[in-house]
Amino acid sequence: MTRLITRRSVIAAGATAGTLTTLPISMVRLAFGGTREDFSFTYISDSHIQQIKGASFVRNWDMGLKRAVAEANLITPEADFVMFGGDLAQLGKKEELDHGGEMLSHVKGKLHCVMGEHDYYLDLGEYWSKLYGPQWYSFDHKGVHFVVLNSILTTDEWTFHRWPTAEQRMLEMAGLDNPNGSPFMVGDKQRAWLKNDLDKVAKDTPLIVFSHSPLQKIYKGWNFWTDDAEQVQELLQPFKTVNVIYGHVHQIQYNQIGNIAFNAVMATAWPWPYPDTYAQAGAHVPVLTVPMNRADPFFERDATGWQMIDVNSGRVTARYQLWDNQERVVGFDPRLGKPVDKKYQEAIIRKAPQQHY
Amino acid sequence: MRRYMIALVLGAALVSPATRADEFTTTDVDRWQGEFDSVAKKGRELWTSGAVGTNGVACAQCHPNAANTHPETYPKFQKQLGKVAQLFEMVNWCIKNPLQGNALPADDPKMTAFIAYIHKERKGVAIDAGRH
Repeated sequence: MTRLITRRSVIAAGATAGTLTTLPISMVRLAFGGTREDFSFTYISDSHIQQIKGASFVRNWDMGLKRAVAEANLITPEADFVMFGGDLAQLGKKEELDHGGEMLSHVKGKLHCVMGEHDYYLDLGEYWSKLYGPQWYSFDHKGVHFVVLNSILTTDEWTFHRWPTAEQRMLEMAGLDNPNGSPFMVGDKQRAWLKNDLDKVAKDTPLIVFSHSPLQKIYKGWNFWTDDAEQVQELLQPFKTVNVIYGHVHQIQYNQIGNIAFNAVMATAWPWPYPDTYAQAGAHVPVLTVPMNRADPFFERDATGWQMIDVNSGRVTARYQLWDNQERVVGFDPRLGKPVDKKYQEAIIRKAPQQHY
Repeated sequence: MRRYMIALVLGAALVSPATRADEFTTTDVDRWQGEFDSVAKKGRELWTSGAVGTNGVACAQCHPNAANTHPETYPKFQKQLGKVAQLFEMVNWCIKNPLQGNALPADDPKMTAFIAYIHKERKGVAIDAGRH
């Protein structure tokens, strides 16, 4: 029964693909069976609001967040809540967090936020926490247990003893390809909290975990990486239905490791190349991933966007709202036991712009 | 005979430098590579600097390690420019638009540094001019 509902829901999601990017947005919701209710939430991430000076901010990044908020607010029926996936600011400044926070304050419904490294490394999350509360927490919604982690921590030596100023620490971590950065980690303290939190949850309860960095190891050189990913995965694997949604990578990625399905989300600010296109590194992209279209820089919002996340029978379907491209839908296929693109998964039907080099 | 050989060797050593154009040592090669590397290093500094344009945005924000710049495909047709363009023209497009800055002359030392850095990060990739 669960399988049938999920598949029908996925088909329904695909059927609306052509209309979703045209506002106003209508969503198809299916009746649910059993004890679990299907629902949707919106996911906006990586806005990188960047102060130039004073009250002047980089227009391009502002426009991305404004557009995502405006579109997310026009969905009917309304989503159950809104997630922001981290990197609201570019250099962690109060001005940037305030300016971005003001834009985010217009979202309809309850907002949950994830900490990104660009929000954190100036004041170690102090001002962000004043605005958005705890850096890791959990909540329950319609039978699903949600966990938010701060996955962008690193060693005490790097954080507290390496840099002469907080500003330099922030700048060093802000450079994606900067060899002076440091691998992200969830850390012992938070993993102990996670274990304790999950001990209270039945193993057949669907889990959705939000992190900023991937809770899997993709490419260390760009910190598409969490150093203790395996230890976090170990805590999640006993659950039958686990979904991890992460930001940071500014691109479509998806993967399956054991019971854990992974989905990455788009940025509203700018896209990033896939790490395997960097000629000097042997990087890996999850083999399941059908890449997003290559970005056309002449269209300022190309290869950026936001997501509708449908939760059907505890499984995630990510519907990527891509501003200058057609929507992409990546959902868990219960028959195959992994996430697949609803249209382009087979290699022979992929489009030329999905070839990156 | 022996005297003749010595004369030849001496003669070779005394001819004008022009005839020695193909003669260089590993010291020369190292120096020339060093010159290139120092310009590419300057390019990397500019690439990660927020001071190239006017809004603080750095090239590296969108192009970590100069990825997704495809120097091996230039010159190539850029439909938005409506012509076959060179790499420096795309670098200038980025400086003018996302960085909100002023275009550099093609032979500006900063432009040379950008091009050197971009090519260094793409070392080993086969030339494929015109590829989209």
